[in-house]
Amino acid sequence: MDEPQVGIVFWILSFVLLVSAFMVVSLRNIFHCALFLILCLFSVAGIFILLGAEFLAAAQVLIYIGAVAVLMIFAIMLTSNLASKKITQTNENGVVSFFICLIFGFTTLLLIGNTHVWRYSVEGPGTDNTLNLGRYLMTEFMLPFEVVSVLLLAAMIGAIVLARKERS
Amino acid sequence: MFHYLALAVILFSIGLFGVLTRRNVIGILMSLELMFNAANINFVAFNKYIITDGLTGQIFAIFIIVVAAAEAVVGLAIVLLIYRNWQGIDMDHVNIMKW
Repeated sequence: MDEPQVGIVFWILSFVLLVSAFMVVSLRNIFHCALFLILCLFSVAGIFILLGAEFLAAAQVLIYIGAVAVLMIFAIMLTSNLASKKITQTNENGVVSFFICLIFGFTTLLLIGNTHVWRYSVEGPGTDNTLNLGRYLMTEFMLPFEVVSVLLLAAMIGAIVLARKERS
Repeated sequence: MFHYLALAVILFSIGLFGVLTRRNVIGILMSLELMFNAANINFVAFNKYIITDGLTGQIFAIFIIVVAAAEAVVGLAIVLLIYRNWQGIDMDHVNIMKW
């Protein structure tokens, strides 16, 4: 964050991100939570652009917002006839888990703040992001690339088998 | 660098809070997506500031996105099954696997 413009954009994006993330976990209506999740994922894509990962930002918008969030909304509409009812959405250990998360976040922030490696870290040179990503995926990371396609196929078949109506 | 890591930590904590407190299965899945995103921000930030040669962090983030998509698909299929068998998606009722 060398230039002041980048800093301003970062603060705006992180403010939107954290507020919408808090809305995702705290709102009562699960449908509104899904809409705030979309806003949250958009701001994560903005953070990726700030970090110089343009392809990743595009993939975030396409996969997360275009597929995962829409899938969530479909599942909400399919399952919950109780989506709009004002029932309680949280269980009874809210206070305990709030303190657990507070302690976790605080100690981790302390740890990060006291580590000096990234105090003096400098930005790497900006590269031709998408071109290099494609090159790495086709040469060095060829095997994980193929394995992950098998994983996607397995997830697809598994979802079809699970959600199919049993006829007996 | 510190700002990005702090942002990721806070986002992860919020997601953890959601996972622990939500009663709805879909709410738990959405909080899980928040935690995945926090991990992704960390990977890309480390790739930009610490390991600057190569794009290993970004490639790992791509794989995380793919695995998260697969997890969401299977998770939502399981949610549909739970809804069909229990007529509701509260986690409190799905406790037959206690032991």
